[in-house]
Amino acid sequence: MDRDGTELKMAPPKAVAGTLELSGAEIVIRALKDQGVKHIFGYPGGAVLPIYDAIFQQNDVEHVLCRHEQGATHAAEGYARATGKPGVVLVTSGPGATNAVTGLTDALMDSIPLVVITGQVASHLIGTDAFQEADTVGITRACTKHNWLVKDANDLARVMHEAFQIATTGRPGPVVIDIPKDVQFKKGAYATPASVKHRTFRVKSDPDLGQIVKAIELMAAAKKPLFYTGGGIINSGPVASKLLRELVALTGFPVTSTLMGLGAFPASSPEWLGLVGMHGTYEANHAMHDCDLMICLGARFDDRVTGKIDLFSPGSKKIHLDIDPSQINKNVRVDVPIVADAAKALKEMLHFWKTQKKKADAAALKDWWKEIDQWRAKKSLDYKPSSKLIKPQYAIDRLYELTRGRNVFITTEVGQHQMWAAQRFKFEEPNRWMTSGGLGTMGYGLPAAVGVQMAHPDALVIDIAGEASVQMTMQEMSTAVQYDLPIKIFILNNEYMGMVRQWQQLLHGGRYSHSYSEALPDFVKLAEAYGGVGLRAQTPDELDAKILEMIDSPKPVLFDVRVDPKENCYPMIPSGKAHNEMILSDAMEEETVVSDEGKMLV
Amino acid sequence: MRAPTERHTIAVLVDNEAGVLARVVGLFSGRGYNIESLTVAEVDHAAHTSRVTVVTSGTPEVIEQIEAQLRRLVPVHSVVNWTTSSPGIEREMALVKVAGTGDKRAEAQRISTIFRAHIVDTTHNSFVFEITGAPGKIDNFVDLMRPLGLVDVSRTGVAAISRGPEAM
Repeated sequence: MDRDGTELKMAPPKAVAGTLELSGAEIVIRALKDQGVKHIFGYPGGAVLPIYDAIFQQNDVEHVLCRHEQGATHAAEGYARATGKPGVVLVTSGPGATNAVTGLTDALMDSIPLVVITGQVASHLIGTDAFQEADTVGITRACTKHNWLVKDANDLARVMHEAFQIATTGRPGPVVIDIPKDVQFKKGAYATPASVKHRTFRVKSDPDLGQIVKAIELMAAAKKPLFYTGGGIINSGPVASKLLRELVALTGFPVTSTLMGLGAFPASSPEWLGLVGMHGTYEANHAMHDCDLMICLGARFDDRVTGKIDLFSPGSKKIHLDIDPSQINKNVRVDVPIVADAAKALKEMLHFWKTQKKKADAAALKDWWKEIDQWRAKKSLDYKPSSKLIKPQYAIDRLYELTRGRNVFITTEVGQHQMWAAQRFKFEEPNRWMTSGGLGTMGYGLPAAVGVQMAHPDALVIDIAGEASVQMTMQEMSTAVQYDLPIKIFILNNEYMGMVRQWQQLLHGGRYSHSYSEALPDFVKLAEAYGGVGLRAQTPDELDAKILEMIDSPKPVLFDVRVDPKENCYPMIPSGKAHNEMILSDAMEEETVVSDEGKMLV
Repeated sequence: MRAPTERHTIAVLVDNEAGVLARVVGLFSGRGYNIESLTVAEVDHAAHTSRVTVVTSGTPEVIEQIEAQLRRLVPVHSVVNWTTSSPGIEREMALVKVAGTGDKRAEAQRISTIFRAHIVDTTHNSFVFEITGAPGKIDNFVDLMRPLGLVDVSRTGVAAISRGPEAM
């Protein structure tokens, strides 16, 4: 040591020398910090106490205490989708891990990056049916992109960094790191993120330029082209959305999107056809059916989009951009597959379109737009207004109008309200719309809103909910109150599991088996009991003032919007039907015949 | 109309880490694919890599999905379909126990010579044959042993490798 101590101060920290020894719990926290993690969502328990102790002794990573592990995972999903960063969850062994399974599966289906750390019983107890023991890696193998059981503290830093790499690279997804309690106590060597490279995990993200050229040649030759965009554009990052807008501006092609892709392309654009699929617009679905070139960008031909697969867009050539090679030709055979990151591929498409001086077929496109305008004229989202009852569509329209121009993030639960929100709320930017698409998880929206609000404390975060869904994770109101998160829960209360009721009406002779929301709580009193604000609107004329009251409230709000209980969600492609066999709202009183084969589809 | 199903032999080189076989098998059961046979063993002790050989059946679309889904698994190094890519050699080993006396016993031994099976255990009224070959050959051998007092069969499943100098 130097006399004045300078050398001691200048000496590199042990970490740089690669010999830093930390306890397993400290390695977890250090790795989170080095990965840039600011917030984690979790719930303590016996098998994670050492990690909670390490959390207590530092200030770099803020822990958000949720009220249920499922809530923690959905909060982390909301956080991830609103920021583009991975969501991190910490839960205990056994029930902590099993409660996280729904959130993991949800994140897997919707390609959301989550790093979930689970405590495990001590190594010597594994396999003995110990207290709060569950085979977490066994249970979560099918609902994660990858998972690990870490048996040695010396492996922990590497696994932590690999976990972040795998969760966020390529097609994002959830990962689980299961850490026995003794490993959390034991000392191990810390490794920095830069020093870790996975042995086998590589992702091809650069497009094959030959495929790009083939794609733009098809685009220049197309008479009836259509962009069909999905969550891959959002997951690629804001640049992909920007490039998509450029490509649409250059080509003038119409655009439709999956539920996951809303916001990638602005809903105010003239090229926007609205949502595609089962509850998509008439124009979007007819355009899908009749197009001669489908340009699928970051979507996966989900059954909710395609309808009956052998009747799906029979006359079109198909370009399919996806970062996950297994999505190519999975449900639908395509002509030009492009395996790449969306932003990278769009950049090359733009480059070749410009340098090869490609032009869209203007005359054909004009005719195509004329056809589309005829479908648009059907005004498939119209509904019968009422001066006595609040129509759910009206409620969403008013919510949209009164929140326009604000910094708004929307989450949803699952069901009719979700579809109405997707149809009617106009998104202009990516990462503003958080909904459970693939798994269809009721109870997603409230905790997701908690996560979004943690990421964006000053934003207006609204969960468009149903009275049935919202009760599944209502306990997270307590989290919102604890962390001063002024989330707004906009409950379209029709006293039914509306989508279940709608299907029972359509397919099961109106026998509404167990779909009535009986014995509902008083949501106003419930909000107050949690320490939030409760509001209720029963008639259309009081709705606007109450919405404004909700927006202006500095606290979490449960807003019980009593809507017309009879309203159904239209338009709709009944199960087993094609895109051009949609039923519209004015046909709702007519008998819709669904085949036996169709009834078997979910 | 669905395309007819085909039988394919797929080799998967994986990191030999805990749970890797469960990932491969879970993928098949979870997505409803068939497994007709499966063999797995570490092939490079220093590099900790194992080779899984799966015989599966499905339409060409399903086979394409199986390969793509296998490639998604994180510990997978490479996937090769020996049925569609370079012509491969497939071999399987079986231990076949046949019990009997007199003419049947003599006939069993005679057939085993024709199939170039080895006798690896014998008593006065039983044989255990070791036979190696393509799966079809083993099927034939087992069928011929059935009326001669077949007691038990243990098969390894298919191991496969490509012809020529290249690695998979």
